[in-house]
Amino acid sequence: MDWKKIATPLLSVVAFLALWEFIVWINNWPNYVMASPSDLPAAYEKYWKLFLIDSWQTLWRTVAGLALAVVFGTFLGMVMGFSKTARDALYPLLVGFNAIPKATLVPVLSLLFIGAHDFNTVLMAFLISFFPIAVSVGIGLSTLEPEYRDILGALGASKLTIFRKIALPKTLPEFFGALKVSVTLAFIGTNLVEIISPHGKGLGSLFQSGATNGDYPLMFAVLIALAFLGIVLYYAVVALEKVFAGWAERPAS
Amino acid sequence: MDTLIDIRGVTHAYQTKHGPLPVLDGLNLSVPEGEFCAVVGPSGCGKSTLTRLVAGLMKPDRGEVFLHGEKVTSPRKTVGMAFQNPVLLEWRSILENVMLPLEIVAPSMARADKVARAEHLLEMVGLKGFENKRPSELSGGMRQRASLCRSIVHKPQVLIMDEPFGALDNFTREDLWQTMRDLRAAEPFTAVLITHDLRESVFLGDQVVVLSGRPARTQYVLDVDLPGDRSIDILYEPKAVDMLHLLRDQIRIAQGRDEGVH
Repeated sequence: MDWKKIATPLLSVVAFLALWEFIVWINNWPNYVMASPSDLPAAYEKYWKLFLIDSWQTLWRTVAGLALAVVFGTFLGMVMGFSKTARDALYPLLVGFNAIPKATLVPVLSLLFIGAHDFNTVLMAFLISFFPIAVSVGIGLSTLEPEYRDILGALGASKLTIFRKIALPKTLPEFFGALKVSVTLAFIGTNLVEIISPHGKGLGSLFQSGATNGDYPLMFAVLIALAFLGIVLYYAVVALEKVFAGWAERPAS
Repeated sequence: MDTLIDIRGVTHAYQTKHGPLPVLDGLNLSVPEGEFCAVVGPSGCGKSTLTRLVAGLMKPDRGEVFLHGEKVTSPRKTVGMAFQNPVLLEWRSILENVMLPLEIVAPSMARADKVARAEHLLEMVGLKGFENKRPSELSGGMRQRASLCRSIVHKPQVLIMDEPFGALDNFTREDLWQTMRDLRAAEPFTAVLITHDLRESVFLGDQVVVLSGRPARTQYVLDVDLPGDRSIDILYEPKAVDMLHLLRDQIRIAQGRDEGVH
């Protein structure tokens, strides 16, 4: 039944909010220790305009960063997938770069590109999220069984044709698997800049202003809004996956 | 009849960590146009290397491969290939899978013609009604049938098969032998079939070439003197049984040489 598909996750969210409300109530925590879900509607009502504007800021910069990550990550994955030399050369660099806590890069970026807040934020979303895409595309291409290449290779098809007709579509399920990780990472990257290097834009800066003013319900309202946006982005990727790689889905047994 | 495939003194070795591993050693083979050549030999004797050489996917260290008197140096559009794994593309329907080679070989061919050709072949192998299914919805035998259709959809001169029936159960395999026999009667290709199955080689082959153990050379060539329109029953007749015994002995000799090397 279709309604079950929607009702199940919806109920689990409601149960989670109820549990949260209950824990705050039973401990008798005041607002400045821990806000409860029932405090949030008031915060949304009060700041609804800011929520709309800042959500949009966070959203477009995340998506822009992710789009860059898809283009660059796919390209890098192709290079690593087709050339073992490139793979050997790039892997340590990539792993090393990925291991750097991205928070440390925020001041570096803001110094490098002083004042270019949008650019910095998009850049961070990109930097933090291209790695899984590059690795999964690289692995998908380098583990392509030789027979798959030979189907068209034996007819004299070019490398590019083999890539377009076989390697690329065959890698799509792995690509979307990575994209699901990357979309969340990009989102974190955007907020990282918005919180650490505040410039008055995005949900991250709204969170910061809540923290500065001791407005706990606002801070929690931002967290919930972030979670909500994260869910929306994730399911957008899932929808894209259904369209482009739905063939990889097997009927549940 | 003209010689279509002519392999002359082909020697090849793979470079491994432990030094060169010779797989072919002065191998000679010639297949007249329209003939079906079955190649048998012990495991790991370089049979798959042979298919890649004929397809132009690899160059031998020494020796030459000719198709119609022309030296093979790179892949050509007049070749079809089938493998043990049917390697169908999951994101395409069966029909679109079969049409794939036409997209490379005949890009300007009208789509309706491509569809007609693919449908015709699918009907011949008994897959009518499955055109729009996904590969994962078909059984192993059906997938291999579709794979065979794909390998001949562009009317290749040469069909190279590397153990296409190796992963199937015995009855399915015998069904596919008969499908292969019927395809051969209807389509003009010359075939090279790599196999481990002596019955298969006798049922399908006009000649059976026995390769020696690694590094392989031509050890024995058997002319299969049986009528063209064969049924499975023919394998139980004395003439075929004698051939099978003879081939079995040859394989034993081939393995003996292999054991001597190790």
